[in-house]
Amino acid sequence: MTDTPDETPGAPVPAPIRVFLVDDHGLFRSGVRAELDRHVPDVTVVGEAGSVDEAVAAIRHLRPDVVLLDVHMPDGGGAEVLRQLRPELPDVVFLALSVSDAAEDVIAVIRAGARGYVTKTISGSELADAVRRVRSGDAVFSPRLAGFVLDVFSERPGAAPPGDPELDLLTRRERDVLRLLARGYAYKEIAGELFISVKTVETHVSSVLRKTQLSNRYELSRWASDRRLV
Amino acid sequence: MTTVPEATPPPAPQPSAPAAGTPPLARRRSGRFLAGVAGGVADHLGVNVLWVRTAFVLLTGVSGAGVLAYGLLWIFLQQEQTDVVRPLRRAERQQAMGLAALGIGAGLAAAAVGNTVVGWVVGPLGVAAVGAAVVWREADETQRRRWTAGARSGVTGIAGGGRTALLRVIAGAVFVASGIGVFLIGNLDLSQVQFGLLAVFATLLGVGVLTVPWWVRLMRELGEERRERIVEAERAEIAAHLHDSVLQTLALIQRQSDQPREVLRLARGQERELRHWLYGPTGYGRSARASGEPTLDSGLAAAITAAAAEVEDTYAINVRPVVVGDRRLDDGLRALVLAAREAMVNAAKHAKVDEVSAYVEVEPSEVHVFVRDRGVGFDPDAVPDDRHGLADSVHGRMRRHGGAVRLRSAPGEGTEVHLSMPVDEPADTEPGPEARAQEEATP
Repeated sequence: MTDTPDETPGAPVPAPIRVFLVDDHGLFRSGVRAELDRHVPDVTVVGEAGSVDEAVAAIRHLRPDVVLLDVHMPDGGGAEVLRQLRPELPDVVFLALSVSDAAEDVIAVIRAGARGYVTKTISGSELADAVRRVRSGDAVFSPRLAGFVLDVFSERPGAAPPGDPELDLLTRRERDVLRLLARGYAYKEIAGELFISVKTVETHVSSVLRKTQLSNRYELSRWASDRRLV
Repeated sequence: MTTVPEATPPPAPQPSAPAAGTPPLARRRSGRFLAGVAGGVADHLGVNVLWVRTAFVLLTGVSGAGVLAYGLLWIFLQQEQTDVVRPLRRAERQQAMGLAALGIGAGLAAAAVGNTVVGWVVGPLGVAAVGAAVVWREADETQRRRWTAGARSGVTGIAGGGRTALLRVIAGAVFVASGIGVFLIGNLDLSQVQFGLLAVFATLLGVGVLTVPWWVRLMRELGEERRERIVEAERAEIAAHLHDSVLQTLALIQRQSDQPREVLRLARGQERELRHWLYGPTGYGRSARASGEPTLDSGLAAAITAAAAEVEDTYAINVRPVVVGDRRLDDGLRALVLAAREAMVNAAKHAKVDEVSAYVEVEPSEVHVFVRDRGVGFDPDAVPDDRHGLADSVHGRMRRHGGAVRLRSAPGEGTEVHLSMPVDEPADTEPGPEARAQEEATP
């Protein structure tokens, strides 16, 4: 696509990034695999799995760099794969990939340890960018995820006071970065907008990701308590 | 690849597996002496049947509690549904018969000692109990036949099993009637009117006792039927929805496969509709939500997503609204939605992109909308004539309601329209701390 933002991280990666696909739809897996293999030279798909058990066994065996993880699958979905593998494989990075619109699903998989979340309608080159970014240690926030997170941390009347300010509140800068992400800005554009470096933007986003994973503000959020998905 | 059975991954562990250790409490259908109650209890507790039977006999000595307990368990326990073959050995049958006799003896002994309750139980009421037992046992048989035949004819006649069964039922009824009658005559000394009333009452009681198995079964079946109906209705609703929406769209797509733009438009419209059905505020996947929560179908978030959907459909582009917070629409917000729609239309028409992002944030005192594209952009100071839409319908509309418009664009760098509308109402008019961010949903 011609209008894709060119936001490749600074250092080029010499060895291709080894990616593993987990999705219960074979059609979708082969589509992603074809797109990545054909158009993106620095990303190779080393394997794929259609169920939680298969995925856990194969990831243990193959030790890929990045796992693209479907949120919705039988027997627990992406969150279950994360729960089983995160403690023993801290070097493997997980990126959630979903068609779901439900905030609780997205936030749940982020809290289980995924480093980012993108929708399945993402283009091949955007997906490759996201893979590169999580591989280099950053978080990947789609505009929608940014909106959800802003919602979780928003100060609305009736919300319980934050228990741990370090975890339960976003700094003004983090909030600014999230807003720009939700507005559809790329990291480079955010950096230009806020007069900070791309590296600083990445730091802010990673910090927001950490707070989303550790804060208990999520439990206070209405849609989470409604579905008792804490 | 050779298919080696051992190479396949083991099936997922069944979380409900440990339940197999103790079978649920159900009456035995085979290998029983009377109604399978003792056997069922023994299976459930994992002890020998003999001990359970002995316990019932011993309890009979205590004011007839054993008989009462047996009767109640008979009424309220369902028969096991699977046909497990458990031969009732002759020795066991004799043992059980002996225990039953012992139980009657224990009751008689207690009666002799002077316990009147036991006296009734082993006397005339005992006769009634035996009659009821005969009839109930016949009911068990009827049910079993129904299960094995698979017939579901509702509440069948009391004697569904031919002449012998009918005889058994009549005999049981006679037992019950005479037992209750003798009990009344023997224990009460009454005038004729009182006796007549009591006779009527006793008859009703007898009929009630005799028909207990059918009442119980009737209630169970009603519950089952209602459950099945609910499941059935749900399935029908899903099927109807998928048929009306997804299948129709797929048919249309096949017919127009030579027009990529039209296919894209159809696919997007269908996706949006399905998403709304699944994840929308009143959507199918939300049925588990706490009831009573106001669904903001008339709120700002819904209005913005509807506007975005309209633009998507009309111009065959992607519009991805992200909404943080929500608020009821008032005049100012309605103007804001219309202005935002105009901005999206402008981007769709002039920016030459296939994607536009829209971000809405509700703050306590102000609502912001950002409409952004990465398209060709333009010089705001040299607005071409065809950009009057922006000047009139966006600027004018916002200004009339006290809002503001900021425009950022440069040739080649895309365009961002920032609309802000002050809202001065106190926070309590906000419909609850509704936390919802939506993208590409809700028409």
